[in-house]
Amino acid sequence: MTEQIPPRWASETFWKKTAIWVTGGSFVLLVILSFDSMKQISAGGPRVPAYSVINKDVSYRFDKAKQRYQPTIGDDAPLFGKTLSEEEAEKLVDHGKKTVQAKNCMNCHTLLGNGAYYAPDLTKAWLDQGWGAKESREQMMVNFLLDPEKNARTYGSNRKMPNLDITPPEAEAIVAFLKWMSSIDTNGFPHNFIALGEEDK
Amino acid sequence: MTLQAYQEKTAACWAGCKQTHAEFMANPNLSGGQKLAVHYFTVAMVLFMAQLLFGLLAGLQFIFPSFLYEILDFNVNRMVHINAMVVWLLYGFLGSVYWFLEDESGVEIVGLKWGQLAFWVLTGAVTIVVLVYLLIQIGSGTDTSLWLINEGREYIEAPRWADIGIVVVMLTFFYNVAATFSKGKWSGIAGVLTLDLVALAGLYLAGMFYVTNISVDQYWWWWVIHLWVEATWEVLVGCIMAWSLMKLLGVRRKVVQTWLYIEVALMFGSGILGLGHHYFWIGTPEYWFTIGGFFSALEPIPLVAMVVHSIYDAGAHKFKNSNHPALAWIIAHAFGNFLGAGVWGFMHTLPQINLYTHGTQWSASHGHLAFFGAYATINIAFFYLAAQQARGNVWMGGGLANGWRWKTAAVLLNLGVMGMTVALLIAGYEQSFIERAVEGSTWAGYFAAQNHPWFMQAMIWRMVFGLMTAVGGGLLFWDLLEIGKGEQRPAAVIDSEAVNP
Ligand code: HEM
Ligand code: HEM
Ligand SMILES: [Fe+2]
Repeated sequence: MTEQIPPRWASETFWKKTAIWVTGGSFVLLVILSFDSMKQISAGGPRVPAYSVINKDVSYRFDKAKQRYQPTIGDDAPLFGKTLSEEEAEKLVDHGKKTVQAKNCMNCHTLLGNGAYYAPDLTKAWLDQGWGAKESREQMMVNFLLDPEKNARTYGSNRKMPNLDITPPEAEAIVAFLKWMSSIDTNGFPHNFIALGEEDK
Repeated sequence: MTLQAYQEKTAACWAGCKQTHAEFMANPNLSGGQKLAVHYFTVAMVLFMAQLLFGLLAGLQFIFPSFLYEILDFNVNRMVHINAMVVWLLYGFLGSVYWFLEDESGVEIVGLKWGQLAFWVLTGAVTIVVLVYLLIQIGSGTDTSLWLINEGREYIEAPRWADIGIVVVMLTFFYNVAATFSKGKWSGIAGVLTLDLVALAGLYLAGMFYVTNISVDQYWWWWVIHLWVEATWEVLVGCIMAWSLMKLLGVRRKVVQTWLYIEVALMFGSGILGLGHHYFWIGTPEYWFTIGGFFSALEPIPLVAMVVHSIYDAGAHKFKNSNHPALAWIIAHAFGNFLGAGVWGFMHTLPQINLYTHGTQWSASHGHLAFFGAYATINIAFFYLAAQQARGNVWMGGGLANGWRWKTAAVLLNLGVMGMTVALLIAGYEQSFIERAVEGSTWAGYFAAQNHPWFMQAMIWRMVFGLMTAVGGGLLFWDLLEIGKGEQRPAAVIDSEAVNP
């Protein structure tokens, strides 16, 4: 039998070379973009504020020009009444982040929209109206984390957060982490979210 | 029971296990690599059952929130559910590659002893990790917790010590694959497979460090998750499919390999930059809207191509094949991959839609159909290939004794997962509208959506179909233990086009 020679576009070698070039090209582009993204999302960069942002008032407002919500950074509003240096703030947020991982929060909640769907998103938890008033918010959050069963607000769902043996220093660190996270520019996610204190603006 | 009676019972049980294992190792129908593969498949099936069990527990907690509250909380059940899944699918892949490595290379596996050792080490480690998840569950906010208990990052929660163990095992596996192909034949499949495994293992490293900055954390976390399931795993199953189509249907190597290269080009060409569909809302720059939206929207193309390819091949060979259950599951794979990943993925991949669906049950709907349709199915096909060979390469065509069992299991599993997917899709739409669009994503808005009758009904339907899935899974396990036993007829012989065009 005579083997028919396939056209070039249907030959094995043509597609082998194409596969190699396409893969290599895409990967190189991804690496270049990753370098740029890392620069832009490093803490203190243009999109992710430095950890000391926890010394400031953070909010979330609609930007008319961009037609989407954006975090805003306002006047001094030190967390737990203490103004922290950049290093102290980083240490506190770091402790909070580590606790969030060790307690496995992400398998009930979403953070930046990623995780599990059994409990509310934590991206803007710091800004949620559920905390009632800005003055009492910090303490309410700490109390909640220390005893979520007693302080449960299940909105009629009966879904209660379990007690995760969070210590008082861990609770404060988590609150610092949540406050810092709420200041990240997430391109308008979540949409239409009215932050605490922005109700009638 | 007295202590002595208990000790006697365990000793007898242990002796029984050793006896069964020794008999299995003496099975003349299987090569060394295939025996190792069956080890992997066995643990994979056990973990699959665990996945279903913990899925049911987590699903029930949506309906009865106080069920197992502060005993096995939702986060524990869910972690075991998705970790069991990742691990059983990886076990299945390792097993599948060991299954065909000797056939494809034409020589015996070079480091079989190392492969066996790695299997026992990995299985021991998995057992310890699961026990710690269940008994210790969480730690304090320190590095020690992340090293010993769990890392708290979805899908790759395994503590750091286990990460290192996994990398060592993967290196052993990689050595076996590369060295065996080097000693024998390097086919096109061998080349793609080897390079793909380098990438797959390398990517895991991107998930093995801790950072404070959550945007940076999730950036690299997605390298592991997305570049696994939408790039390297897809190509890995492409290699497995290529080999299966040759074996099961007798398709010509040249055709299969050309298709494999086309699929690699399309899959990597869209999937690598398609990663950007996870970079819309985590703090990353706006250019990811365009890049992520565009390239991920192209990802369904290779999945369509795979359906066309496998259905064409099956039709061209008049569906004549030597293993009906395996072919049925391969067809389920082609359609499941297309529907779960291609269609369901495409539906929420553009940022304009994803702004509302991101992090809702919509994602869970897609996650279930994609993981089941793309990856569970092809592994199950290989379990059937292994069952056939282990019982003496017996007949597995029409008129099989107890053939109702594999068919019922397949129907229950596929219908069950499809039903759960649709229930979650409804819940996801409801959440996108009520929580996101109407209520503006506050906590009150979240619970308004969760308490809505439409959501609660969807959760009940998910449980109904979840039970169906679990029954199908149990039946599948039973069938795999029994199918082909006592069958006298030899397997149908497939003419290869290469021999008989
Ligand atoms: C077999 C391949 C695939 C598997 C196994 C898979 C699985 C998943 C899973 C489990 C998630 C949820 C992740 C989480 O827990 O946060 C997810 C998210 C996502 N997938 Fe896929 N996927 C696949 C292919 C695709 C494809 C081809 C597309 C697009 C065409 C796609 C689009 C998406 C999008 C946009 C999200 C983000 C959802 C959100 O914003 O919450 N996926 N995928
Ligand atoms: C008995 C059947 C099953 C039940 C009842 C079940 C239940 C669940 C539940 C309750 C969750 C948590 C979702 C949330 O966070 O709200 C979940 C997550 C998940 N399950 Fe299942 N499941 C089952 C079978 C499966 C199967 C067969 C697969 C795939 C092979 C699978 C893959 C997943 C994935 C990938 C996630 C994470 C989804 C995401 O984060 O978007 N499940 N499942
Ligand atoms: Fe993805």
